[in-house]
Amino acid sequence: MKAIISFIAVLILAAIAYVGVDVLNMQYMFGVVIPYLAVAIFVIFMIVRILRWGSSPNPFRIPTTCGQQKSFPWIKHSRLENPSGVLGVMGRMALEVLFFRSLFRNLKTQLRDDSQLTYGEAKWLWAAGLAFHWSFLIILVRHLRFFTQQVPAAVQLVEMLDSFLQIGIPLLYMTDVVLLGAVTYLFLRRIAIPQMRYLSLMNDYFPLFLIFGIGLSGVLMRYFIKTDIVSVKMLTMSLVGFSPSIPQNPLGVIFYIHLFLICTLFAYFPFSKLVHMAGVFMSPTRVLANTSRVKRHINPWNYPVHVHTYAEYEDDFRDKMKNAGLPVEKE
Amino acid sequence: MAKLPKPEELSKIDYTPPKTSWMDTPVVFKEGMFCHGSKPKSLELVGFPNPRDWRPADADWKLPENWKQILLEGIAERLEKYRSFRLFMDICVRCGACADKCHFFIGTGDPKNMPVLRAELIRSVYRKEFTLAGKIFGKMAGARELTIDVLKEWWYYFFQCTECRRCSVFCPYGIDQAEITIIGRELLNLLGLNIEWIAGPVSNCYMKGNHLGLEPHTIVGNLEYMLDDIETVTGKRIKPTFNRKGAEILFVTPSGDLFADPGTYTCMGYLMLFEELGLDYTWSTYASEGGNFGFFTSNEMAKRLNSKIYAEAKRLGVKWILGGECGHMWRVLSQYMDTWNGPADFLEVPKSPITGTVFENAKSMKMVHVAEFTADLIKNNKLKLDPKRNDHLKVTWHDSCNVARGMGMLEEPRYVLKNVVNNFVEMPEDTIREKTFCCGSGTGLNASEDMDLRMKGGFPRANAVKFVHEHYGVNMLANVCAIDRATLPPLMDYWVPGVKVAGLHELVANALVMTGEKERTTDLRGEPLPGIEQKEEKA
Repeated sequence: MKAIISFIAVLILAAIAYVGVDVLNMQYMFGVVIPYLAVAIFVIFMIVRILRWGSSPNPFRIPTTCGQQKSFPWIKHSRLENPSGVLGVMGRMALEVLFFRSLFRNLKTQLRDDSQLTYGEAKWLWAAGLAFHWSFLIILVRHLRFFTQQVPAAVQLVEMLDSFLQIGIPLLYMTDVVLLGAVTYLFLRRIAIPQMRYLSLMNDYFPLFLIFGIGLSGVLMRYFIKTDIVSVKMLTMSLVGFSPSIPQNPLGVIFYIHLFLICTLFAYFPFSKLVHMAGVFMSPTRVLANTSRVKRHINPWNYPVHVHTYAEYEDDFRDKMKNAGLPVEKE
Repeated sequence: MAKLPKPEELSKIDYTPPKTSWMDTPVVFKEGMFCHGSKPKSLELVGFPNPRDWRPADADWKLPENWKQILLEGIAERLEKYRSFRLFMDICVRCGACADKCHFFIGTGDPKNMPVLRAELIRSVYRKEFTLAGKIFGKMAGARELTIDVLKEWWYYFFQCTECRRCSVFCPYGIDQAEITIIGRELLNLLGLNIEWIAGPVSNCYMKGNHLGLEPHTIVGNLEYMLDDIETVTGKRIKPTFNRKGAEILFVTPSGDLFADPGTYTCMGYLMLFEELGLDYTWSTYASEGGNFGFFTSNEMAKRLNSKIYAEAKRLGVKWILGGECGHMWRVLSQYMDTWNGPADFLEVPKSPITGTVFENAKSMKMVHVAEFTADLIKNNKLKLDPKRNDHLKVTWHDSCNVARGMGMLEEPRYVLKNVVNNFVEMPEDTIREKTFCCGSGTGLNASEDMDLRMKGGFPRANAVKFVHEHYGVNMLANVCAIDRATLPPLMDYWVPGVKVAGLHELVANALVMTGEKERTTDLRGEPLPGIEQKEEKA
């Protein structure tokens, strides 16, 4: 049900773009106003979000230690899983962000009929997650060609590598296929696994459908419903240069649908779970080094508390202490 | 109390989620799955809010009229205070990687025990009250109103989490359900919704220095009994000191070690080891608790209880502090103590008087775990050990959650263990080290009225022990945690009869050859040593 509503929501979004451009001729609205607005919302509210996270301190040093601590020289210290300094943390975070280290640990716990628990390999979530995020990034990099007058060599290299299979004309980008495949997998596991279906919210289905919609409209535009690339670039460059103008040559409605879904994603992003993109860099269980025994960690709101002092304790128990032969401060 | 079902029944776990969505499935309090409510006296003693007689199963929890306001203000305050809380409310993508990592989910099949969903219980209210999307879209955005049913759900499930952090190991963003449970319990504490098994020890510890409420003369008396037993086994009479000013080292251990076996055997182990070393150390009856049940009520209470350790070290003028075997105690000490009650600049960087090793890893907090201390002794050949005395044991090692995931002390105890026993077998690799399973009764859930919950939560741990018991004949589960020593014996009796539980230093003391001791015929438990019976027959 949540999935269906999310699906319909994305359909409605596409329909809005269709009606807006094809029926109401609001090219300027959909090509200029909404994109600016969406980017502005994204930038401003992401900054707000990050500042708000940052404004709450880490009162305690609480890394989740996933390996051997640094203790004696003769015991091998696990630098990346239990970092003792900045370098170790950087390594740990690099593994986490670039390769999803923690998700790579994933196991599938199963209870056999003979009541034995087993822990099987479960790398599909990791693989699909990695495939999804990396292809998304590469696609994003490829799109830089629309936002730079001279296409940077790096972008061209990425395009070349992404299409090295040399299939079809225009050349097929592998990431297009991988992205759609990975999103499909991530969706299917949500509805196929009973626990996943049970815990999933619309907040989970909606972005999947939205991103699938963006990918699909992009693929349609590149391979099937041809769009005038030159005009697209004229528009995007005019946006980048803050002198927006809708190109003379009409752009197909599929372009506007693609663009509108992207704008929706941008505007939705800061208010959704997608903020994990920035949040992962601030997660105290990962970015803090395990140094709390070596160097005092300061809690900015540490305050004095009521304690039961030794003097009070001795007052409570002086006779008993003396009878038991324990030394006392006051006779 | 409801009768505990047989293991065969309890291990038939239904993982099918209910038909109705979790937001529309009100919590049902099942007998055996929760603890008694706190007594007014326990709360009054430490000045906790809303002391009154109440029962969790009752409809009326006797809450203050403005309970909702108290909670919402409590959430707002903690969002400002803890980045972890604020971040973990926002960034979860519900990928489900944590779901089948939780021992309570594995053991109960209850979907609200999936860490992700346990967090959603509070996240849903956060969305409703603190986010724009939640305010506008409500349920569609995963938001819901804070009602009395929601509050009861929080209570039920935040006391079905032992803050073991296993989920946090697998989470791609490191979201730690322990943080959420800690804060969730802090919020419940604002309304006096504690459990007596926690509140009682907290007030004991505050007034008397330890969870069990052992008064100074009782501590001395309890140790005397152990000294008698040591004399029986070794022929040596040990005379430890208490509250002694000018000692080099203050020794602090969880009070469970002073109270009941098998913890007392571990305690005998410390006494024998320190005696053999001629260590200049003292016990304290004031700082007589290493553990910290305050940590399971609120940050502030934890700090109040913890303060005694440094204060006593200062009063006695010791150079550094040695800590006994415990789990959550060591997370609290290593990740919180120095921040709360430091700087301990009146102490010196810990240095072993026997080996000269300086414990650089405890440079600031000035406290060393006894497993680290002993590992260093053995490495430097300072102990005469006869591991054959433990040959009647096939030992496996249980990593305590907090020591593993809140500190990373994995190899030191293994090194000690391998030097004091000849038969050591690891449990399956996905159930040890950073992936270790909780005993199922941590964070103050080790009461007797919630035995169902404990046996279910301990199922994955027991299951791994059962595996090595059946395949390798393991009969001893060793660990460095006082809660484990209290909770694993009933867990083993239930799931894996024939496996006993021991602290590391019990096994150390069994193997320790002491100067001038008589020939040992029994281990610390009074059971004949391997080879002794045959010897007697021959004679």
